[in-house]
Amino acid sequence: MPRQSSGARVAPEDCGAAALSIRDVGMVYGAGAGAVEALSGITLDIAAGEFVAVVGPSGCGKSTLLKLVTGLRRPSRGNILLQGRRVEGPRSDVGIVFQSPVLFPWRTVLDNVLLPIEVLKLPKARYRDRAMELLELVGLERFAAHYPAELSGGMQQRASIARALVQDAPVLIMDEPFGALDAMTREQMNLELQRIWQAQRKTVVFITHSIAEAVFLADRVVVMSPRPGRILEVIVNPMPRLRSLDDMLVPDFADQVRHVRSLLGGKGAEL
Amino acid sequence: MSALLRWMRRQAVPLLVFILFIGGWEAIIRGFAVESFLVPAPSAVIVALLRGFAQGNYLGHAGVTAFQAVSGFLLGSALGIAIAVLVVVFPALERIVYPYIVALQTVPKVAIAPLIVVWFGFGMESKIIVVALVSLFPVLVNMMAGLKAVDQDRLDLLASLSASRWQILRHLRFPNALPFLFAGLNTAIVFAVIGAIVGEFVGSNRGIGFLILQANFALDIAATFALFVVLSVMGVALHSVLQSIQRRALFWNRTVEAGPGATPPA
Ligand SMILES: Nc1ncnc2c1ncn2[C@@H]1O[C@H](COP(=O)(O)OP(=O)(O)O)[C@@H](O)[C@H]1O
Ligand SMILES: [Mg+2]
Repeated sequence: MPRQSSGARVAPEDCGAAALSIRDVGMVYGAGAGAVEALSGITLDIAAGEFVAVVGPSGCGKSTLLKLVTGLRRPSRGNILLQGRRVEGPRSDVGIVFQSPVLFPWRTVLDNVLLPIEVLKLPKARYRDRAMELLELVGLERFAAHYPAELSGGMQQRASIARALVQDAPVLIMDEPFGALDAMTREQMNLELQRIWQAQRKTVVFITHSIAEAVFLADRVVVMSPRPGRILEVIVNPMPRLRSLDDMLVPDFADQVRHVRSLLGGKGAEL
Repeated sequence: MSALLRWMRRQAVPLLVFILFIGGWEAIIRGFAVESFLVPAPSAVIVALLRGFAQGNYLGHAGVTAFQAVSGFLLGSALGIAIAVLVVVFPALERIVYPYIVALQTVPKVAIAPLIVVWFGFGMESKIIVVALVSLFPVLVNMMAGLKAVDQDRLDLLASLSASRWQILRHLRFPNALPFLFAGLNTAIVFAVIGAIVGEFVGSNRGIGFLILQANFALDIAATFALFVVLSVMGVALHSVLQSIQRRALFWNRTVEAGPGATPPA
């Protein structure tokens, strides 16, 4: 069911082929008596350019899903297709943003953003300009030569978003990226992320345990059950873009939040 | 000018304590007429020190000891770093190599030193090898700990980029290990001076250790103390050189202290 609110964003050849396709994926950690079933029967198609949020109680396998999609781990069953190709190991066509910024303290902000380029053995000189543009996009152009320890938590997370975008991977996966930020910084980051997503036309999978954040950002919200994580429901959020923080006050928004919360049993997440 | 004043104010208390200590020492020796072959007065030590340098042999012997300590330290540290890297990059090696290293470490170097002098002679080589042996272990152990103590998320990030084990070493493990390495080097540099002196005690005809033995035999306790002073100055000097290298290499480890508004290193 590819969503088609803005036809321009989906190129003709992408019609029908999802950017990310998760087919009946299950994940069991360990074996025997100590085995932990983290995910079960996950099936989900995400269209190119779509913003999908995944919410669920903690321990329901959200981070596991990230590890599977990025090829850091192999699923116990099922298939994952990224850009139509089966994921069999780490790939350079997906960028990751972790819960903590995961910057390297001995590198400047600019060199942190360029780290993927170095590791992927791409020509660093050619990506310098792009890295600077991305730093501008996340509002850090004046801090390119600074070291991470000189930046606030929000600024560090913005640098890590720039890093995830640098190799221009079409898919971006974010695992509770704003979970450690205070409420005000977090709202600001949500606005910025929406803007960045619109500017860069990425497919985004955004993992969070904040219902309001999920509804505010996403085209579709995937609600997961407690462990083993299954998809309870996928909720389409038709609210137009660009959304503003005031949109959180309209009845539609409140209805969606209420609906997601009722699916989660009214617990496990804050508004 | 005001910087100088501030510096002087900061040094005032330690300086006062030092003067009181030396003055008290001098007073006790004179007041109780302590025999100079038991404990010398500070004034006698200063005289011995000046005479030692005036006769021109302290500097040359100090140079020999410093050279042995530094070369052995560099050799031992380089070996320690290399073994640590190999063992961490090829974990299968760890179970093979590590028991030998631990076995070597449990043997007191003072006990092997005579053997090393027999094998490598009275010259500087034997001392350099003793120093290398004592410097090796603290560097190896700390470097291994630092190479292993990497954050799982950083590893995942590199793994997601299909980084090779050498790339992981270069971009993550090695820089991550630097603070640990310097902790090891700081221990090793102290051990290095001790190792050089031990080597000289066992058999040599040059170096501060050799002079200490000579002064002891001659019951020239003031000269022995003067040589202790030379040794501590050498130790402090080596340590501060290491500290300034450390400050440069680990600038990112201190940027938090520098606080906001600090200009980042170019
Ligand atoms: N490497 C692992 N080995 C064993 N169990 C794991 C591992 N990683 C996660 N788990 C378990 O799988 C479940 C899902 O974890 P996770 O994906 O981190 O959940 P979430 O991100 O939703 O909080 C948890 O019960 C967790 O303890
Ligand atoms: Mg998680």
